[in-house]
Amino acid sequence: MISSTLNSLNYSFFDKLKSVDYFLILLVFLIGAVSVFSIYSTESGEFSFYTKNHLIRLVAFFLLFLALSFVRVSTWYRQAYIFYLFGLLLLLLVIFFGVSASGSKRWINLFVFNLQPSELMKIAIIVSFARYYHRIQSADIESYKYLLQPIILLLIPCYLVIKQPDLGTAILIAGSGIAIIWLAGLNIKYFIYSGLIALVSLPFLISILKPYQKSRILTFFNPERDPLGAGYQIIQSKIAIGSGGMYGKGFLKGTQSYLEFLPEKHTDFIFTLFSEEFGFLGSILLIFLYALLIFRIIKIGFSCRSFFAKLYCFGFSSALFLYVFVNIAMVVGLLPIVGAPLPIMSYGGSSMLSIMIGLSIVMSCKIYSKEIVSN
Amino acid sequence: MIKRTSNLDKNKTINRRLFILGSAKVGLLGLITSRLYNLQISEKTKYETLSDNNRFREWKTPPKRGVITDFYNNIIADNKRVYQVYLSLDETKDFNSSIFKLKNIIGLTNDELSKIYEKKQKIKPWDSILVSENLSWEKFSKLNLYLHEIEGAKPVLSTSRYYPYSNDLVHIIGYVGEASADDITKNKKIEENFVPGLKVGKIGIENSTDQILIGNYGIKRFEVNSSGKKIREISYKKETQGENLRTTIDIEVQRLAQKLLDNKAGSICAMDIFSGEIIALASSPTYDPNKFTYGINKKDWNEIKNNKLKPLVNKSIAGLYSPGSTIKPLVALAALEYGIINPKLKVKCKGHDHPYELYGQKYHCWKKDGHGIMSLRNAIKQSCDIYFYEVARLLGVDRLSIIAKRYGLGSKVLENIFPEEKKGLVPSAKWKKQVLEQSWYLGETVITGIGQGYIQTTPLQLCFMTAQLANGGFKIKPNIIYNNNFNYDEILLKIQSEKNKPIEENVLQERNINLYEKLYKNPKNIKIVLDAMYGSTNEQFGTSFKSRHKDKKYTYAGKTGTSQVKRITEKDRELDLDTSEIEYKNRDHALFVAFAPYNKPKYAISVLVEHGGSGSKAAAPLANKLIKKIIDRDKDREINRKELKNI
Repeated sequence: MISSTLNSLNYSFFDKLKSVDYFLILLVFLIGAVSVFSIYSTESGEFSFYTKNHLIRLVAFFLLFLALSFVRVSTWYRQAYIFYLFGLLLLLLVIFFGVSASGSKRWINLFVFNLQPSELMKIAIIVSFARYYHRIQSADIESYKYLLQPIILLLIPCYLVIKQPDLGTAILIAGSGIAIIWLAGLNIKYFIYSGLIALVSLPFLISILKPYQKSRILTFFNPERDPLGAGYQIIQSKIAIGSGGMYGKGFLKGTQSYLEFLPEKHTDFIFTLFSEEFGFLGSILLIFLYALLIFRIIKIGFSCRSFFAKLYCFGFSSALFLYVFVNIAMVVGLLPIVGAPLPIMSYGGSSMLSIMIGLSIVMSCKIYSKEIVSN
Repeated sequence: MIKRTSNLDKNKTINRRLFILGSAKVGLLGLITSRLYNLQISEKTKYETLSDNNRFREWKTPPKRGVITDFYNNIIADNKRVYQVYLSLDETKDFNSSIFKLKNIIGLTNDELSKIYEKKQKIKPWDSILVSENLSWEKFSKLNLYLHEIEGAKPVLSTSRYYPYSNDLVHIIGYVGEASADDITKNKKIEENFVPGLKVGKIGIENSTDQILIGNYGIKRFEVNSSGKKIREISYKKETQGENLRTTIDIEVQRLAQKLLDNKAGSICAMDIFSGEIIALASSPTYDPNKFTYGINKKDWNEIKNNKLKPLVNKSIAGLYSPGSTIKPLVALAALEYGIINPKLKVKCKGHDHPYELYGQKYHCWKKDGHGIMSLRNAIKQSCDIYFYEVARLLGVDRLSIIAKRYGLGSKVLENIFPEEKKGLVPSAKWKKQVLEQSWYLGETVITGIGQGYIQTTPLQLCFMTAQLANGGFKIKPNIIYNNNFNYDEILLKIQSEKNKPIEENVLQERNINLYEKLYKNPKNIKIVLDAMYGSTNEQFGTSFKSRHKDKKYTYAGKTGTSQVKRITEKDRELDLDTSEIEYKNRDHALFVAFAPYNKPKYAISVLVEHGGSGSKAAAPLANKLIKKIIDRDKDREINRKELKNI
């Protein structure tokens, strides 16, 4: 307790500025800039509703990211469970006061924008799991007591999110949680066993899926099954990406999106639009930016003294990778369409907010890397 | 200490685990990259095509039909501007309400309304539906006034077929109508250029020359969005107009011919005896082809269909009649050519009390009191039946059949223009054996000599026959579509040189004769026949004397004919009723063939009036007026011909 207080007192403001990771900021800024141009293109080069909103949010949340970066990592550590409970509370509020859109109830009306609590949960689960495993001795990890707790912590939000229904976000939350459990060092056999159990119970899982979710998964295996219905999105997305070719059709010249063949081009399919206009080279470049961002976060993790910070950084980088991978794999037809945004690029305040908060914790880990956390 | 090691352990684990996870990430990124490579590089062309298929949609614009003119470039089948209204389905949210509003503004009938709903079932959801093909200007302007209230309504200026001479040419030109499945499969050109609503020729020249007239459709390429809405026009390959077609018809002569047949059932044909150009081809009654362009209504159709005078039949080419006495010049010619008779042969016609008898069967002359002693010339001039009974008996049906076929009877005159054209029938003993499986009787020969019995001809065949006699006996080819490569003077020279060629031995046997070759053995025989026809029209007691022209310029020579439609009984003969006293359907058909001007023949005509009574009373007077018109127009025709050559 004393040591930590002493520790923190050692940082002067100048020291803090010095230890800010400017490369991370640059990467976030670059991806943010690309996202603004992409959203601008979805509106056929008109600076209107979506672009304006996206830009305002990007700037606001970017500033929030910078500001929150100076919150001590120990504060995050201490408040981790509060964060989790807060997220859970919001998820419960959704059930009663949620805003519905296109058949699902995911949002809470905050007047400024509609908050999607499940997005916040994506970060909350990482923070609280990092704290959870920070305390546990490696010998204890496999004891049932310590094994059961995180599983329950994970299942509650996942269940609530699936019920909204939002399979994509639920998968991302679950995926992030599992990634941290993996990083914390749980024996590999548990992963193999649970993988096998999941496989065996797959038919049962499919049976509890909503009809549209089932049809999406069936369509994934054969998009031509229903080219105007469920298969439409993936077919059109592949056409858009494929017709982009090596160099793309050019900025604002993506016919597939301009002529409205592309569904949800602002959100889940923003990569498709980008890829149509900037081609293979552009896509690789964008993926490279994300890879750099992930790599940078891992690097920050290595520099952290506390296990909490390390686990958080590694966990968040894995989660970020998961978001990017699931989204791109989905739009190129490698995964079923489940509804997962591309971090920073996709239009949507909650997703942006959660990523920025997540990044600010990473930055906090960097700035206060010498800090040893404990409650 | 324990804690320390534990932390070290944890750090070791996390690093190892991170490394494994990192490797997996690299692998997954590789997977995405290869997928992108596959989509954007390897299969680029496939997806580019798919993208273009998405983007572009083609609309075909109907081809414009070629115009048909008469010989003088008067347009007889035109394209006129029409006002139409389409309803574009992709711009119509509520189809029913739009249609209902349209119905009120332009006044659609329930019949039309149900047709529109029927059409709607068949077309794609981004296509347009043709609501009205031919709006009046008043309705069209009213529609434009309320246009903003009707979602998806598209007023369009289009062209459609129009026949300015309506009734006068329908049997020649025919009419157009919407292409049927049958039309499309039968004609490749239609199949290739089909667009919904395409009008094609249904009968007549419009039908037989569709190939030339139809033109090629245009293609408008539009960029469309995902709901099929047109964003912009990318390209427009303009539709082409079909070739224009010039016929050999003289509209003035044709109109007169048609007018002469007013309130009658019948036919008038006129032909240039050297070029074979058909100048007029009238058939009565007639009907308005313009009614068919948008589909004829039931009332009009029933009126046409149920008319007892059969307006739908082109009597000039599809009407079959006994030629009656108009065959006599040909019978005489045949007998002279085969050397069966000489012109001085005398036969006595003694009237109904002493008819011609053969094996106990009696054959009467039309003239009750008889003609007295007849020579060949007089027999043609006064159309004595008894004389021709005798000539026919001597000649025999088979020799008559050879000559009749040679001069154009028994086969189609125009062949490809009118599918409904009839061949007629020139009987022979062989024919009867083959078709009826019976022997030929001499009595049948006798009545064939006056153009009764089995023999059947179309009015155009009679005109053709007369033309080939009048031109001195040379084979010509009748045509109704003008051919610019045709050289009139060359034809005249060719015929001239043909005259001087020696006559072959077997000239009178059944054989193929080439164009512009001689049909005769001895030109004198032709002259004898033509001279007798001159007498028939221009000398007292000639059957068409009353219809003659005194002016030399118009002098013509002709032959009347009266063809029985039923056997004349003894009772009929006793009653000897006037034409007007006989029931219409039992009255004789009146026929007349002629050529003019006599001194320098150039045109041949045939006139037929169904149930008109006698040829001299009902048909010859029409010829008088017609010939005057044709001769008056001759100079213009020559001038026009020269001008056409100079173009």
